[in-house]
Amino acid sequence: MNIPADLKYTENDEWIRVDGNTGTVGISDYAQDQLSDIVFVEIIVAEGETHKKGESCATLESVKAAADIYLPVSGKILAVNESLPDKPELVNSDPYGEAWMVKIEIEDASELDGLLDAAGYQEFLAKKA
Amino acid sequence: MTEPLLCDLSAPGRVAMRFPEPDVPLAELPSLLREDLPLPELSEVDVVRHFTRLSKLNYSIDQGMYPLGSCTMKYNPKINEAMARLPGFALTHPLQPIETVQGNLLLMYELQEWLAEIGGFAGVTLQPAAGAQGELTGVLIIRVYHDARQDFKRTKILIPDSAHGTNPATSAMSGMQVVELKSDERGNVNLEALKSHCDETLAGLMLTNPNTLGLFDENVIEVCRLVHETGGLIYGDGANMNALLGVVRPGELGIDVMHYNLHKTFSTPHGGGGPGSGPVGVAAHLVDFLPYPVVDIIEEGDEELPPLFGLVRPKQSIGRVKSFHGQFGMMVRAYTYLRMHGPEGLRMIAEHAVLNANYLMHLLKGHYHLPYDRICMHEFVVEGQWDDAPDIHALDISKRMMDYNLHPPTNYFPLIVHEALMIEPTETESKQTLDRFVEVMLEIAREAHETPEVLKSAPHITPVGRLDEVKAAKELVLCCGVGSPSD
Repeated sequence: MNIPADLKYTENDEWIRVDGNTGTVGISDYAQDQLSDIVFVEIIVAEGETHKKGESCATLESVKAAADIYLPVSGKILAVNESLPDKPELVNSDPYGEAWMVKIEIEDASELDGLLDAAGYQEFLAKKA
Repeated sequence: MTEPLLCDLSAPGRVAMRFPEPDVPLAELPSLLREDLPLPELSEVDVVRHFTRLSKLNYSIDQGMYPLGSCTMKYNPKINEAMARLPGFALTHPLQPIETVQGNLLLMYELQEWLAEIGGFAGVTLQPAAGAQGELTGVLIIRVYHDARQDFKRTKILIPDSAHGTNPATSAMSGMQVVELKSDERGNVNLEALKSHCDETLAGLMLTNPNTLGLFDENVIEVCRLVHETGGLIYGDGANMNALLGVVRPGELGIDVMHYNLHKTFSTPHGGGGPGSGPVGVAAHLVDFLPYPVVDIIEEGDEELPPLFGLVRPKQSIGRVKSFHGQFGMMVRAYTYLRMHGPEGLRMIAEHAVLNANYLMHLLKGHYHLPYDRICMHEFVVEGQWDDAPDIHALDISKRMMDYNLHPPTNYFPLIVHEALMIEPTETESKQTLDRFVEVMLEIAREAHETPEVLKSAPHITPVGRLDEVKAAKELVLCCGVGSPSD
């Protein structure tokens, strides 16, 4: 299972890449593997909106299940990946790269402290199995 | 596919019947005549053979066991069909004057009363056309109840992660905010998580009990108490009512509103076999909000005359949720089923459904991993994967079962179990059939370890093999191309 060391993770299997005060959000390799083939992506937030940590930002559907993706931090949405809904299979093939979902301006950096680092996420997944 | 579509079988000018020459003058309808009306043209024998061949490709409860968890695919007794076809029921019209359909209204009235008694409720609507519509009706009643008390802050609905998948959809459709509640390690609602959400925004909690793990929630009384204390209401998902018939009345546990599935618990057909029906029962404080109309006595009878039944509007009704009176044919079938079983029979249904599920669970235990090892109710969940056969998934097991002429169980649900296989035998299967099911499951477990490729390429004996689910989900083709068979 690929768990890049430079990202932070949630217990709901989202990741966030922090660059200055911009965070890029997607779902983990483990999450895409559990969901199996993703057939539908809808990003339900829009650029310019402000959302709280824990609010839903996207909905995914696979052949097995539907899943909500939640924001790991609060802030203003800077961009959404508009090409992703046309290529939902990218979530399976490149979950940490082309399948990013939203970019968010991190309102309160202390919210990042509550997230898991790669080692913590690895441990979390091991416990779940 | 092995059977062509009707439009591919069509031949220009072929007809199934010829009408006699009209004996009245022809009317001119030039503006209404369509030049292009590309309907298939077939003879009667073409059509009969087409559908007979299709029916042989199908799998149904009349053919074999259908252990689809949480769907309660029990056998549908044929006497139900005979009763629903009686001309006095089948040929009536919903707009007939009530004096001419007193028998139908009496049947609906008694069915309302019986469902209320079975569930421990004060009132019942028969209108909703399916379980999910029953849920929507119930959650709208909860919403209107709070609104009527000028309590507008209550917009949050709690849903345990072991609930039916329709529950969050229902709440979202009703304009509510959905909050998921984690289960504890025994598969019950986690009371600490529940307490943290009990505040003045709580509208209610949707409880599936027994839940989708097939477990009776041991905390149900406390869950109801906590929610009620906060001012919220409890919605009961009655889809798993088969486990409780004659044993537990949900209304007495503290459930305020619950739907029944006539097409599960009360043996009316599922899916293509007939429309669903999802009556809703409510506690006394919600009776005034029931959808219009409900059947009631509008003139008391006396020694000579029977009472007159009519259609009544509850005082603060949320309105209609279905045209006319709901799926009347399904009410006749469910009524017949109740009459055939009586109170003692109903209790035996629940007892045998629970016994059958536990029998299967104990025979499969040790061969399939059982994530929640407790006495189950009418269904149970095992994992469709082994550490020493990691390439095999629940889907492969399900597909392989079809080669043994068994319908697969529900798979990949509930989501809280890894590679879930959710098995519900129902009370209508004999010990011989249950033993055969176990024999097949053990054989498949052996194959998974010794010849996994047989599972990966299953099913082998069906008209079509493994379907491309990704393509089916992404490339929806909803028209068969009538009129353009060359396309």
